Amino acid sequence: MTTSRPSADGDLFAALPLVDEETQARLHARLAAAADRAGILDVAYRTVDTPVGSLLLAATGEGLVRVAYAREDHEKVLEQLAAGVSPRVLRAPARLDGAARELEEYFAGRRRLFDLPLDLRLARGFRRTVLSRLREIGYGATASYATVAEAAGSPRAVRAVGTACATNPLPIVVPCHRVVRSDGAIGQYVGGVETKRILLGLEATA
Amino acid sequence: MVLRVCRAVLGHTATAEDAWSETFLAAMQAYPELRPDSNVEAWLVTIAHRKAVDQVRAESRRAIPTERVPETPSVDGLPGGEERDLLDELRALPLKQRQTIAYHYLAGLPYAEVAEVVGGSAEAARRAAADGIAALRRTYRKGEAR
Repeated sequence: MTTSRPSADGDLFAALPLVDEETQARLHARLAAAADRAGILDVAYRTVDTPVGSLLLAATGEGLVRVAYAREDHEKVLEQLAAGVSPRVLRAPARLDGAARELEEYFAGRRRLFDLPLDLRLARGFRRTVLSRLREIGYGATASYATVAEAAGSPRAVRAVGTACATNPLPIVVPCHRVVRSDGAIGQYVGGVETKRILLGLEATA
Repeated sequence: MVLRVCRAVLGHTATAEDAWSETFLAAMQAYPELRPDSNVEAWLVTIAHRKAVDQVRAESRRAIPTERVPETPSVDGLPGGEERDLLDELRALPLKQRQTIAYHYLAGLPYAEVAEVVGGSAEAARRAAADGIAALRRTYRKGEAR
């Protein structure tokens, strides 16, 4: 027993297993609830499976702050939330029950309007103005980038509207998928063009 | 890692889970003030150490001293296995030995950092852990060829 390296006697502790998943899940839920009670659960998140893939949902105490497609890389999005909102980010599904339920109803064709508190802090300035205009485009309808630019008070800012849509922190809930090109082409989408087509198709038939 | 450390110090008990929960709650509270270049593992062990000591104090206030450590119910519904035996043996060691063993062998902290957590010198921490390991070797799996 002359060495101080852990490996020398580490074999003795090989019998101590890693903590089983059930215990981990139970402790995690307990921590999330305690953190929420203590008011330090700044960002709660969960994922939901939808016809357009896995969606990451994140909420602050104020409301839904982020919806992210799998192609945005959920791990990267969580890092951005930790850096941009708060490092106190925890998987805590309870806070997102309402959002998950409304999205499920939307994809089942049973919901036309999202009725959720939103936290728009990830969009600033003109982008935020654009997002509030987007919410006026009704279910099943579309508007052109130019129309939205005009509604946002800057008719020439068509490209900026495109950027605002591409960086929309709350896709689906804030319906940037309803913005298409003036020539009728579907245009780009943060979730991919195929996803945009699915969402517009869903709204056209439901 | 933190739960294994808490269990090594407090046994496979609900108390260890309390200490784990308290540790991460405190860590979440303090995290925004943590310097970016900090050693997160050592920081967590420091918090876990304090929370475990709190639990030990609370237990000693509640408990009536007895000759033997009482059997504690399994919290995961599983009967005690090998690891439980080892945890029971650990529990029979003095607190300082359990702490130094947990922080060095389970958390992987060098003795200099273990000493910062438990107080005293690195050499004293190394000795406490070595004494604990020697005791474990005498009692754990006695008679088994190793």
